[in-house]
Amino acid sequence: MAEKTYNAGVKEYRETYWDPNYTPRDSDILACFKVVPQPGVPREEAAAAVCAESSTATWTTVWTDLLTDLDYYKGRAYAIEDVPGDDEAFYAFIAYPMGLFEEGSVVNVFTSLVGNVFGFKAVRMLRLEDVRFPLWFVTTCPGPPHGIQVERDKLDKYGRPLLGCTIKPKLGLSAKNYGRAVYECLRGGLDFTKDDENVNSQPFMRWRDRFLFVQEGIEKAEAETGERKGHYLNVTAPDVEEMYKRAEFAKEIGSRIIMSDYLTLGWAAHQSLSKWCRDNGMLLHVHRAMHGVIDRNPKHGINFRVLAKLLRLLGGDHLHSGTVVGKLEGDREATLGWIDLMRERYVKEDRSRGLFFDQDWGQMPGVLPVASGGIHVWHMPALVSIFGDDSCLQFGGGTIGHPWGNAAGAAANRVALEACVQARNEGRELEKEGKDILTNAAKHSPELKMAMETWKEIKFEFETVDKLDVAHK
Amino acid sequence: MSEVSDYSSRLSDPRSRKLGTFSYLTQMDGDQVRKQIQYIVDQGWNPAIEHTEPEYASSHYWYMWKLPMFGETDVDRILEEIELCKKANPGNHVRLIGYDNYKQSQGANMVVYQAPLDEKREERMEIASAVNAYGMVHK
Repeated sequence: MAEKTYNAGVKEYRETYWDPNYTPRDSDILACFKVVPQPGVPREEAAAAVCAESSTATWTTVWTDLLTDLDYYKGRAYAIEDVPGDDEAFYAFIAYPMGLFEEGSVVNVFTSLVGNVFGFKAVRMLRLEDVRFPLWFVTTCPGPPHGIQVERDKLDKYGRPLLGCTIKPKLGLSAKNYGRAVYECLRGGLDFTKDDENVNSQPFMRWRDRFLFVQEGIEKAEAETGERKGHYLNVTAPDVEEMYKRAEFAKEIGSRIIMSDYLTLGWAAHQSLSKWCRDNGMLLHVHRAMHGVIDRNPKHGINFRVLAKLLRLLGGDHLHSGTVVGKLEGDREATLGWIDLMRERYVKEDRSRGLFFDQDWGQMPGVLPVASGGIHVWHMPALVSIFGDDSCLQFGGGTIGHPWGNAAGAAANRVALEACVQARNEGRELEKEGKDILTNAAKHSPELKMAMETWKEIKFEFETVDKLDVAHK
Repeated sequence: MSEVSDYSSRLSDPRSRKLGTFSYLTQMDGDQVRKQIQYIVDQGWNPAIEHTEPEYASSHYWYMWKLPMFGETDVDRILEEIELCKKANPGNHVRLIGYDNYKQSQGANMVVYQAPLDEKREERMEIASAVNAYGMVHK
């Protein structure tokens, strides 16, 4: 029952915001937080405090509470669970009613969910593990400009992962030399090349020069190979006017795809760009610089699966997802969980993959996961097995580092990729028979043979920092 | 320094044109094609056959050979259609598609017969190339 009289002062949060009997509604936004409370703060109180601070409450009772239907607007902490293998943290499940949020505004939802509450004294550490977006919210967000199927149709590429390469060195090449590196990769058989995230418009290579040289390289490689190709022209810029200027120019010269860094660019700017991409038939590749700051600490911040979900809502056709096997952090099961969240129409709760809620995406198109960072031909069998066809596999050093150059490195990767797909379709087990499959393919490809000899011994065997929560770890 | 090999792809050489998935591998033999057909059938996809003159291979649209073989699961039947298509269109590339109606896309798409390039064909490809300059691939 709503309160009818005003009693000034501080109340315990759990009196108002802890409601274990509440059954979440289909229209609620649901959140799962991992909470480490301050010593002496009971779990229910900490959960209720997180709920209150991320929904309607302030620290004290205010008379204006009585002017609204607080019973409707307040969030509800409705469940608490142990975190497996962790005594100090627990999971708090919170339901937020639909009326709290602006339709189609990821910005608005997260200003509440990860706003003031993350600096709140009653909790020592706090991590947003997962969010269930109800269908009404999903359908009010723009979503990917095109999605996986449209991208395949536009590029005329089916039945295999796409293949890319980030141009290296990251910084310092002249525009013409950069275009050369792009051309060599593409004529060797890659579908895409990519600007590194920090390539914007530095004095050594202004954006306009880069765009023009790169486009010439693409067009020549397309004519030479007869296949459609692209380069992610990074339009991440200091302000949105500049961003649009670069995007318009990319369109004018016939680029198929551009790129943005959604966390450093800002979500509102990114969503605007994504809408522009749909209006202008431009594919949008999305990089995630800064994500490690937000998602790597297992007890504080935001899990990447939430960042992946919100990107699908903001819009993007590709998103970096981690490789599982390369130089960068990434737990296998957790990665499988969020690549499902990027691609599928409906994803069931599955704690073994870190998925705390069912997620219905309605008819919203999927985002192509991009595996990039420290991978080479020997990783190919595992990558095809883990990511399946609807993915983009990007080999930077693993292409350009080939002893015979980019074209040979690209051809080696393309042959390895196709050999793995062919073998998989024949019913062979890639991760078990990978060596045999690659060795066999290399008989007809000196480029692949050379690549296999070059990278044979390289492995990355550090322990993952952000692991799924499991007992006895 | 070890010997560096040149990458022998040329705008002027029609043999440098690629044809999508599996075109970087050696041409499949009968047994390999059979396995790929089996894969398409096992996925529940609808097989379809298309063909084109090599000089127009980069178009989105190849000629359909009849209609997609909706519901066909007999691998021999599908192989037979590929042969019929080849015979009726000598000199054309032939590709096999697996339509995935759930994803509204093609789950598989591969060239199962790459037509050999004779002198006459090469000449036509060069003309097509020259006419379109770099624009041979349609946007």
